[in-house]
Amino acid sequence: MPKALSPNLPSQAPINQALKPSDKVDLYRTMVRIRKFEQRSLNSYQSGKVGGFLHLYIGQESVVVGTQSLLGANDHTITAYRNHGHGLAAGMNMNECMAELYGRATGCSKGKGGSMHYFAPDKNYWGGHGIVAGQTPLGTGLAYGLKYRGLKGCALAFLGDGAVNQGSFHESLNLAALWDLPIIYVIENNGYSMGTSQRRSSAYPSCLAERAEGYGMAWDQFDGTNLYEVRARTQVAIERAHNESKPTLLEIATYRWEGHSVADAMKTVYRTKEEIEKYQREHDPIMVWKEILISENIATEAELKQIDRAAQKEADEAADFAEVSPYPEPESIFDDVYWETDNKTEAGNTGRHFFND
Amino acid sequence: MPRLIEYREAIREALDEELARDPMVVVMGEEVAQYNGAYKVTKGLWEKWGDKRMVDTPISEAGFIGMGIGASMLGVRPVMELMFWSFYTVAWDQIVNNAAMVRYMSGGKINCPIVIRGPANGGTNVGATHSHTPENIMASFPGMKCVVPSNAYDAKGLLKAAIRDNDPVMFMESTKLYGEKWDVPANEDLPNGELVIPLGVADVKREGTDLSLIAHGRAVITCLEAAKRLEEEHGIHCEVVDLRTIRPLDEDTIFDSVRKTHKAIYVEEGKPFCGVGAQIAYMIQERCFDDLDAPVLRVNSLDAPAIYSPPLENLQLPYADVIIEKALSIA
Ligand SMILES: Cc1ncc(C[n+]2csc(CCOP(=O)(O)OP(=O)(O)O)c2C)c(N)n1
Ligand SMILES: [Mg+2]
Repeated sequence: MPKALSPNLPSQAPINQALKPSDKVDLYRTMVRIRKFEQRSLNSYQSGKVGGFLHLYIGQESVVVGTQSLLGANDHTITAYRNHGHGLAAGMNMNECMAELYGRATGCSKGKGGSMHYFAPDKNYWGGHGIVAGQTPLGTGLAYGLKYRGLKGCALAFLGDGAVNQGSFHESLNLAALWDLPIIYVIENNGYSMGTSQRRSSAYPSCLAERAEGYGMAWDQFDGTNLYEVRARTQVAIERAHNESKPTLLEIATYRWEGHSVADAMKTVYRTKEEIEKYQREHDPIMVWKEILISENIATEAELKQIDRAAQKEADEAADFAEVSPYPEPESIFDDVYWETDNKTEAGNTGRHFFND
Repeated sequence: MPRLIEYREAIREALDEELARDPMVVVMGEEVAQYNGAYKVTKGLWEKWGDKRMVDTPISEAGFIGMGIGASMLGVRPVMELMFWSFYTVAWDQIVNNAAMVRYMSGGKINCPIVIRGPANGGTNVGATHSHTPENIMASFPGMKCVVPSNAYDAKGLLKAAIRDNDPVMFMESTKLYGEKWDVPANEDLPNGELVIPLGVADVKREGTDLSLIAHGRAVITCLEAAKRLEEEHGIHCEVVDLRTIRPLDEDTIFDSVRKTHKAIYVEEGKPFCGVGAQIAYMIQERCFDDLDAPVLRVNSLDAPAIYSPPLENLQLPYADVIIEKALSIA
């Protein structure tokens, strides 16, 4: 039996005890929606309808769904390019997300961002960033902004295990610890940065999060397969941020099933097929949660199947929506560059802003 | 009675007034608070405004500039000091990919009301690492704005406008000008009660009929000196056009001047290749082709990394003799 299925303490944590049965089903639904969305987007990618890169999150869903489920009105999230799950978990809808992949005007970024750049600031979700670790100073700034404005909240800045070696991340850690910023850096450790394993890219004592010691910052490291565990352990960090305005570095072990991006022809070269299958068998966060729901008599297999089917339908419909959505108008190329020109303010109307001949 | 104040004081007044006007304005950078600023631009502001509004940062440009950008997404209005604009290189990813691009990539859902300011100049014998003038680089990215004041009056008015602007503004000063004085009227002597100069409006600093010297930043001062001598020694009446902001750009003032004088020289402290002058010369030939009586010329810093040796560095940067020689070649 997979380790994650054994009865464990995290389910008893107050934050998990507070979950109503319907909340637990919602968590399942969100994970399934992310997976179905991504499987459908892969389909579209393979049939040539989606350009650029497509970094799939399949296998990691519990990390964002578990952490996001703990957040309130003044809590904010930001992540890197593997961001479809983060957007959907924050409450973006499949249509706008799928249409963005298709480069359509109805996309969440009006077709200007693509797969790596989803944003929904109205849902406290700040993207979607393509430069490895480049989002970590921004996340630090969200926390700074909250503190500056006197709001009780926190920022969750997600990053990969490869991103921990970027200077901007270390600078962020220093600033957050120095100024007691309410932020949680979440390393989603899926073991690889593209084709490079953690061992081949990082120097560390026992784990990556332990680097927080160097900044006098609290840290924790745990497996992310089981939502109870993700929620229980992350909640500690959130309370630290909310109540003490202190940062935390979390490292959550997870696994991506697909290649680094869909264009990753090497996906079974730097790791074995057996390894991938083992994670799929034993660490599928959706399967694990499903068995928990069934064993707790919260839902039946048939009811969960129903959710799967609904999510599949939603994803298919999103693809249909994207398919028939218009491309952005050529004139829109010059929208969304400057706030002042978009809003036709006096500043926006003064001087030349664009230099097309 | 003119009120003569230093360029650095003008910037300080702008910061002070904007700190007073808007509680979201926060000034951050290395040594800006307790040390009073590496160039004393922020002198006294920490004592007046305290730790919350005047923030000393670690030497961590990528981190704190990026942090300021993140805070600006939440409505804070950080005015970030780079001790030297030369250090933009270590914060460049944050500036260009985050401040300048996040609005676009989000389809207009986000804006970054941030100002990044500091000195960008050569001529102080500090070698190549500390002598960059990257205004051409800043101006070449749609999504950000670039402001280069040549004097205290403009510095104050433009900085106030930059802080109120809702887009990222790169604001470039000059340590060579910090100690120079200009007449900057007190607020009570101004019709609007304050000095705000909109971005995107050039200024004719000297009227003339024979030749347009067009410039930005401290090169404007060099042009004014050259213009004076050209008139006194050669009877040539130069017009001096100060762009003040490079992006947004007031092209009409440039074209009007060239249509009047029929000759133009662009003067800047940056390097020639892909410099601001290259863009302006292109625009003049395109829009004023029939008005031109001579090719558009340029005076730039000599095309090598900034040299340390003091007498040679003086030769490397534009100076009046070079401008005069160029002017005479097309007079
Ligand atoms: C600064 C920078 N360098 C390189 C890349 C190319 N790149 C994109 S993702 C990636 C691997 C990052 O791995 P990790 O941080 O572990 O995140 P994961 O992809 O596993 O989610 C690389 C090398 C980039 N986008 N940005
Ligand atoms: Mg990784």
